Amino acid sequence: MTVSTAPSPPTQRTLTFRDAVREALELELARDPRTFIMGEDIGAYGGVYKATAGLLERFGPERVVDTPIAEAGFVGTAIGAALAGKRPIVEIMFMDFVLVAADQLLNQAAKLRFLSGDAVRVPLTVRTQHGVGAGTGAQHSQCFEAFFAHVPGFAVAVPAFPADAKGLLASAIRMDDPCLVVEHKALYPIKGDVPEGEYLVPFGQARIVEAGDDVTIVAYGRAVHIALAAAAALREREGIGAEVIDLRTVVPLDMETVLGSVRRTGRLVVVHEAHRNVGIGAEIAARVGELAWGDLRAPIRRVAGLDMPVPYAQPLEAAWLPQPDDVAAAVRAVLRST
Amino acid sequence: MTNAAATAAAGLGASDWLAAFERMLEIRRFEELAERLFYTGEIRGSTHLAIGQEAIPVGARLALRDGDAVAPTYRGHGWALAWGIPLEEAFAELLGRDSGSNRGRGGSKHLGSFRRGVVVSNAIVAANLPIACGLALAAKQDGRDTVAIAAFGDGATNQAVFHEALNLAVIWRLPVLFICENNQYSEMTPIRAMVGVERLVDRAAGYGLATRTCDGMDVEAVREAVAEAAERARGGGGPTFIEAATYRFCGHMPGDAETYRTREEVEAWRARDPLAVARRRLVGLGVSEADIEAVEAAAANRVEAALDGARRAAPPSVDALALGTSPFMEVTR
Repeated sequence: MTVSTAPSPPTQRTLTFRDAVREALELELARDPRTFIMGEDIGAYGGVYKATAGLLERFGPERVVDTPIAEAGFVGTAIGAALAGKRPIVEIMFMDFVLVAADQLLNQAAKLRFLSGDAVRVPLTVRTQHGVGAGTGAQHSQCFEAFFAHVPGFAVAVPAFPADAKGLLASAIRMDDPCLVVEHKALYPIKGDVPEGEYLVPFGQARIVEAGDDVTIVAYGRAVHIALAAAAALREREGIGAEVIDLRTVVPLDMETVLGSVRRTGRLVVVHEAHRNVGIGAEIAARVGELAWGDLRAPIRRVAGLDMPVPYAQPLEAAWLPQPDDVAAAVRAVLRST
Repeated sequence: MTNAAATAAAGLGASDWLAAFERMLEIRRFEELAERLFYTGEIRGSTHLAIGQEAIPVGARLALRDGDAVAPTYRGHGWALAWGIPLEEAFAELLGRDSGSNRGRGGSKHLGSFRRGVVVSNAIVAANLPIACGLALAAKQDGRDTVAIAAFGDGATNQAVFHEALNLAVIWRLPVLFICENNQYSEMTPIRAMVGVERLVDRAAGYGLATRTCDGMDVEAVREAVAEAAERARGGGGPTFIEAATYRFCGHMPGDAETYRTREEVEAWRARDPLAVARRRLVGLGVSEADIEAVEAAAANRVEAALDGARRAAPPSVDALALGTSPFMEVTR
């Protein structure tokens, strides 16, 4: 008989994505008195997606701060507080609204440490949600993570599962540099196993969600679920083994995991809900082209949101959004072109 | 009347005036040399000078304490120097040296030294206002009685985030001072053509801030206005907006043709040059002409010696290109 000295695995419970986010916030607020959260309708109302429900009651109005509708103003305020040693966590209600605060995010938070000659840190966490499919229209659906990948300065997580929603957010809050955590409005009600208590998921570690030998599908956020649906159908109906990789963070990109998989399968499909043009998929395709050209057996394919505004009417919106059938078609195409 | 208010009301003595005069002389000489350094190619890009506006940072600093941080703008050399960034460090930053206040990573537009209370100077108009609000929010959360200062020009009052920051400061009663250096020009355009009110303080009053106007060419007037506002902020009374009337005797940047104003207008303001105002006060307080000239010569020598030192300093090593980047920036070719 051997005695294990490894810590016992944390107890898992089933939680919704929303409650996993809320739990990370609650644990970090309780753990570190320098943290506070701020945003529109996050206090008394509990947030439009209820991710901050109950936190005002527990932590009080100094730590759970309702703001006016003034994204640039309160993001800038959070930056100033971060310079002064606080660890602010800001909610931007819809990712579309980051454009209103773009100067504070990308000209200020992303640059102040560097511009200071490494004399200051900006430990700012920004939470927001993106995503298409709920009929929220062209200004409440957009997926802007590529902006934040393009401008150096933010680490960017886009969790697909409740456990990662908790673990990535907790890691973000503890980092000394700006972090963006992008949730998906359609994922808040989904359920999954989530470890109890302290749980940290490191940035920069993708996860192989489903193993397969024929083709690599790389996705992040809700697109992971679209990829998984496609992979299941391909396996059952056509006997195609698709390996699905959840990037979990788009900054930094875990190219090691992606390249390891592509070297085995020789084929790559990248899936995201954001527009295709100059997106995360383009970056991954370029890097795989640079680093694994010799291993590719077929051209890389991207399946992404269309390069047009998100439409409102349900059939149009559904046509805009990449569907499992679109992913399956791309997989068949890369297999055919071998 | 509280002690601070009593001190403010009492006015400056000869030694305070002399110290303020010296500091303003240093700032003036620093900026005159900066303009020259731009034309010799030693300063890259551009440099935005505030020649004529020196009484505002110097007067404000006289009213404040160590620990009261300022968030200046790209026209911020005076604030950086008034808050104690050494002349040589500031010159070294302008020259892109490793010994610069920002290790040569920022340049003229971004002078900063957080440990001395100077936030990286901001090259986006009005972006420093909410950041100053955040410094004030942190102080309030921690129960510290420091105040934060946002310094900015008249043009900043037309930026959206200016209005957001003023409102946030009011609703949260933040200990923050918004000091508007109204030099009459929004870069190359008269501010009166760009706003619909006579006085910029009226905009702030609309948000519920306490407001003050003051003569921005007179150190004592600035100090008095800032002392009153700081007293209010430290006592939990919230933010104040101060409009300091001033004038920029130089262009928006070197090479500015200044076609937007007349020689007569510039000359009229020159009569109120803050250095001339200070000089007259010193004479009035009984300081001899010889003593004043000695101070002027000493200040000029200090500034020139600082420039010599900065010129001798080494540029940053390219091996340290990644200094100040976060672990998630990919600093590879």
